[in-house]
Amino acid sequence: MTTRYSFGGDEHLFVECDEAMSLDAFFKSLSMTNAIRDASIKGVTEICPANASFQIKFDPDVIKPSDILKEVQGIESAAAKTEPVIKTRIIEIPVFYQDPWTHETLMRFRERHQDPTATDLEYAARVNGLADVDAFIKAHSGSPWFVSMVGFVAGLPFMYQMVERAKQLQVPKYLRPRTDTPKLTIGHGGCFSCIYSVRGAGGYQMFGITPMPIFDPEQSISYLRDFMVFFRPGDIVKFKPIGQDEYDHALGEVASGRFAPIIRDVTFDFRDFQKDMTGYNAKLEGALA
Amino acid sequence: MTIKVLHPGLSTTVQDLGRPGYFHLGIPVGGAMDRLAMRAANMLVGNDEGAACLEAVFIGPQLEFTAPARIAVTGAEMPIKLDGVEQPGWTALDVKAGQVLSFDYLKSGARIIIAVAGGIDVPLALGSRSTYPIGALGGFKGRAIAAGDELPVGAAASGKAGASVPEALRRKPGHPAELRVLPGLYWHRILPESQQSFFADQWKVAPEADRMGYRFRGGQALKFVEREQPFGAGSDPSNIVDSCYPYGSIQVPGGKEPIILHRDAVSGGGYFMVGTVISADMDLIGQLQPNMPTRFVEIDMDGALAARADRKALLQKIRAALA
Repeated sequence: MTTRYSFGGDEHLFVECDEAMSLDAFFKSLSMTNAIRDASIKGVTEICPANASFQIKFDPDVIKPSDILKEVQGIESAAAKTEPVIKTRIIEIPVFYQDPWTHETLMRFRERHQDPTATDLEYAARVNGLADVDAFIKAHSGSPWFVSMVGFVAGLPFMYQMVERAKQLQVPKYLRPRTDTPKLTIGHGGCFSCIYSVRGAGGYQMFGITPMPIFDPEQSISYLRDFMVFFRPGDIVKFKPIGQDEYDHALGEVASGRFAPIIRDVTFDFRDFQKDMTGYNAKLEGALA
Repeated sequence: MTIKVLHPGLSTTVQDLGRPGYFHLGIPVGGAMDRLAMRAANMLVGNDEGAACLEAVFIGPQLEFTAPARIAVTGAEMPIKLDGVEQPGWTALDVKAGQVLSFDYLKSGARIIIAVAGGIDVPLALGSRSTYPIGALGGFKGRAIAAGDELPVGAAASGKAGASVPEALRRKPGHPAELRVLPGLYWHRILPESQQSFFADQWKVAPEADRMGYRFRGGQALKFVEREQPFGAGSDPSNIVDSCYPYGSIQVPGGKEPIILHRDAVSGGGYFMVGTVISADMDLIGQLQPNMPTRFVEIDMDGALAARADRKALLQKIRAALA
């Protein structure tokens, strides 16, 4: 992993921890952004972690670009010595795979897809060498995912699958982006899954929908009253397949303010995870039981 | 007092100086596209420079004032009318109760700022009154204004009647527009010949130009340095592992049409960027119409900082002229 520094105009410092996505790169980005936050550098106005990189916004009237570069480079070696352990939470996200709403949408944009004769899930199963859609859903919901970035639009989580690289599900994005995606669609592009927090344009494949709101500008949803965005980088997500009945029931619970997401506090140790991913994931998921 | 919206224009939104601090959660800074025009408009009516205004693009709204008010319209050149009588731009205007503000066809530029003494008094959302329509956040009910809306106005401070920003201090894009760009980010991904053509070619603003981003056409497609795509990046040579997008950064999906991200842009994604428009020139983009010929001009960090200082000095001159 080689760290690369570059300026985005006169107000942003861009730091790429690695060209390729990996949990190593994500943890390097996370530990560096944490260390930069702790350093309270004068003139730094925003710190934005991404999957394998991050961005610092600064005010060049307060700190010279060359000085912010020196400060951040100085933090790189210190951050490398930080223990890759985080206190975080695991969240169960119910997903109605193959739902009628994403199906209607994907049929509307078939001419923008690599395989107009198949659904997004059928295509995803095929390109990953899986027997059928059920096998794909099993793989998608069978292991936890790491929220490695929040963004694109308000509160949208990018999630990275917590399995060995060879087992990671990879699906290309649409050939041309759609102009519409239902709110709370579970999407997938490259190696990342996401949840579309709002309705709008999108290029990720569509697999299903969750009844659980993750962005609420009105702050009327019970668990979003304190803050309108649900996810933060470092969250761990486990998808739980549900059917139409459970989906409808959950929607009713959300509307009446009774829906309570299943959330458990956990400590994540990257070194232990690397030693035995399957065993470590089973332990993490145990917290949800 | 309130302002009645008789006709909303094409897309008129409440904007201020934006909502910094939430970019890491995908919520853009937002706020006026042309910040200088907005600061000037607020100064003219005696507001704080960051008071909430209306920003209208291409077609102005029709507004009725329920009480006397002082207003100013800055930014694009679009004939201003009060009850059908033409009024000067960049000037404090006194409006009587019941008068209607309307606009003729746009002559040059793209966006006007309408400031009202007291500011548009919608509730703060995450510290700002700016409208973020995708997230239904801020502004008037989280959306562009519509016919029948009644916009609340705050209590006015005192301003000077008839004050005007001198012509020489009204900053506008040239023809062709020139946008200064600091190369960087993923600049190394394109071949030297493309690094050269990007700055040498004349581009044109495409019809897809809004508060999220401005697309350009007409220059040569960029050619990529060959590589095996990194894991997680996607198969197109213009793809990267999804990263943050700086404000003003220029992405070129497929190497074909550059897109400059602006105030309401997505905060990140998987397209490589060739560099970033410097902070001093972001205001100018907000005044570009589709088909406007545009050149990207290479600049280094020292040049970017000097341009930033020049813009600050210009703002200071406007303040002095209106003091």
